[in-house]
Amino acid sequence: MKFINYLTSITGVEIFPLISLLIFFVFFSALLVYVFKADKSRLNYLSNLPIDKDSKDNATKS
Amino acid sequence: MSTTVTAIEKFTYDNKIVKWFAYATMIWGLIGMVVGLWVALDLVFPQLNLGLSFTTYGRTRPLHTNAVIFAFVGNGIFMGVYYSLQRLCKARMFSDLLGKIHFWGWQLIIVSAVATIPLGFTTGKEYAELEWPIDIAIALIWVVFGINMFGTILRRRERHLYVAIWFYIATFITVAMLHIVNSFELPVTFLKSYSWYAGVQDALVQWWYGHNAVAFFLTTPYLGLMYYFLPKAANRPVFSYRLSIIHFWALIFLYIWAGPHHLLYTSLPDWAQSLGVVFSIMLIAPSWGGMINGLLTLRGAWDRVREDVVLKFMVVAVTAYGMATFEGPMLSLKGVNAIAHFTDWIVAHVHVGALGWNGFLTFGILYWLIPRMFRTQLYSKKLAGVHFWLGTLGILFYAIPMYWAGLEQSLMWKDFNPDGTLANKFLDTVTHIAPMYALRSVGGTLYLAGVIIMTYNLIKTIKIGSFLANEDAEAPALAKSYTIHGKEHWHRWIERRPVQLMVLSLVVVIIGGLIEFVPTFLVESNVPTIASVKPYTPLELEGRDIYVREGCYTCHSQMVRPFRSETARYGEYSKAGEFVYDHPFQWGSKRTGPDLARIGGKYIDGWHYSHMYDPTSMAPGSIMPSYPWLFDQKIDFTITPKKIKAMQTLGVPYPEGYENQSVADARAQGEKIVANLKESKVPEVAPLEPDDEIVALIAYLQRLGTDIKVKPSAPADTTQSK
Repeated sequence: MKFINYLTSITGVEIFPLISLLIFFVFFSALLVYVFKADKSRLNYLSNLPIDKDSKDNATKS
Repeated sequence: MSTTVTAIEKFTYDNKIVKWFAYATMIWGLIGMVVGLWVALDLVFPQLNLGLSFTTYGRTRPLHTNAVIFAFVGNGIFMGVYYSLQRLCKARMFSDLLGKIHFWGWQLIIVSAVATIPLGFTTGKEYAELEWPIDIAIALIWVVFGINMFGTILRRRERHLYVAIWFYIATFITVAMLHIVNSFELPVTFLKSYSWYAGVQDALVQWWYGHNAVAFFLTTPYLGLMYYFLPKAANRPVFSYRLSIIHFWALIFLYIWAGPHHLLYTSLPDWAQSLGVVFSIMLIAPSWGGMINGLLTLRGAWDRVREDVVLKFMVVAVTAYGMATFEGPMLSLKGVNAIAHFTDWIVAHVHVGALGWNGFLTFGILYWLIPRMFRTQLYSKKLAGVHFWLGTLGILFYAIPMYWAGLEQSLMWKDFNPDGTLANKFLDTVTHIAPMYALRSVGGTLYLAGVIIMTYNLIKTIKIGSFLANEDAEAPALAKSYTIHGKEHWHRWIERRPVQLMVLSLVVVIIGGLIEFVPTFLVESNVPTIASVKPYTPLELEGRDIYVREGCYTCHSQMVRPFRSETARYGEYSKAGEFVYDHPFQWGSKRTGPDLARIGGKYIDGWHYSHMYDPTSMAPGSIMPSYPWLFDQKIDFTITPKKIKAMQTLGVPYPEGYENQSVADARAQGEKIVANLKESKVPEVAPLEPDDEIVALIAYLQRLGTDIKVKPSAPADTTQSK
């Protein structure tokens, strides 16, 4: 039983796996690029969100 | 940051709703675990089934799983979300009233589960047993939770959504999708319905749901809690925020595809099985990324782990998460799965997750949360330490015997004599591992003892403390306009937009589901039809409903895998086309008893009659409970035509108008079975009638697997199964 048998009835099906691979690849590449380029101080700010003891310091943090 | 600082607003955090959910998770946790211990002991002492319908294993085991998943963990999720979301959003929950409706609605759902499951009202689909009215209630209450959560997020005073909130959003949207898709069922009566899907398709939908219930009910919300409470308890930010972003997207992207690994070597098309395996293996990456992120958060603070019981619990929880998510992909490898599937190995695997990851994280959060909300210190650190060690030992004493039992039994199943015959009777493989079942109960008892100590400790803490129902907080309002300095990255854009984040999460999870479903549903060649497979007779259908009601699937599979060890023991391996009329499918996932896919015709009617009344009479040493009520209770034939109609609606090809004929046919078949039983001179435990439930059940069992039996073999009156 091969996967391809079930999809041959769809016209232009060859492009589907290519599109999915492309979406997957582009999304995760973009994510990785973003993650590594992201501003360190901003990440720091974000990761400290739960730690803020009380909301008062937040005003000064921004 | 570019947020314009506006006037500081004063508001309060709602601790009351958090407290309620905390109490609920403690109470239901205790109940769920007591029932768990009970069902574990059932396997050692079958007398504990008490001979009553509502206390048999087939009904109490789903009660245990539902109580632990939806009541203990469910309330644990809500406790953690309601606490952390308010603080991360710097806003009170959107609506106190919705919170109340959510809380009481959820408890009502649990109570109705406790009321219906023991009475035998079940859909027969694992972890989704609740009948249709309760399914609707779950959907409604889940939406209430969603509105309350999104309302809070939209009214937040912190522009950026911390990663924990992403996990909460993905949880909300995916669980909604899973629950709705898996719960498509056609109601027959107020508490009886048939799954919309049949056979292979039902199995695929069910395990897509089942696996992702693990992913999006037991994992993603708890990861959100980990990302909030672990940094909070350690008082240091998460190790890598970068990693948490990758963790989130990779996890939800991959998890949704992995469901078919529950169906390896079954009649599910091969391509779908392979797809499940590939994605399961890939899942190691994000899962371990998350675990490492959690553990490394404690870098340089390990000395505190020795002191702080909260951190101790969390470290073991995250470690258990890492172990379970390594083991999961390994189990999805076909070679490993061939050994582990249907055995206690899987039971061990899920309990490392449930007891270790969910249990210990919940306990850690409770020990952290309760003293804070009650403005006091924990009553006894020593008792908490005792709980920690009892719990840890409990997990070990639970898991190790079960691993051992699973491996041992599986090897015994596959063992052949030199002359090519099977080396072990099925029953011998069960009695062989009975000591392991006993040892597992010891592990369960230790774990439960720990939870009882925790409950005492927390009650004491609550008594000495004074509860802060509304915690004062203040934060500047969020400026309406947000000015972007310079070029903004796309991901930063999404981080500020909860609704778009939800939509994107939904798209990501839908893709995986669709690619698995669409070919299986639309392309007929995926489920080859077999001409000799016919719909069940009305009496067999009634018998099947009894099979579902009694939860036989909790111990018996109906799926012969294409292995020599299985075809030699059970007969021809199962084909997809054999299940086309099975609403719902009953393939099962565990063989505490033998497979039943080919049980039809293997024994005479009288064997089943005596076996159901007292299993040990036919199979000495059997741990199956007895079912005396089936001999007194009568089938309600007034509903039979309705059931036939329902099946017709679902596409089962009964002739038109057959419902009018169905009762007469059922009675006629019942008469035949009664005559058979009388002929074989069974010791009648009650006057035999064609509408006895036992008669219908025998009709169903004798039908199983006979549609494609090559040559009908003469029934043997043996006392033990091979």
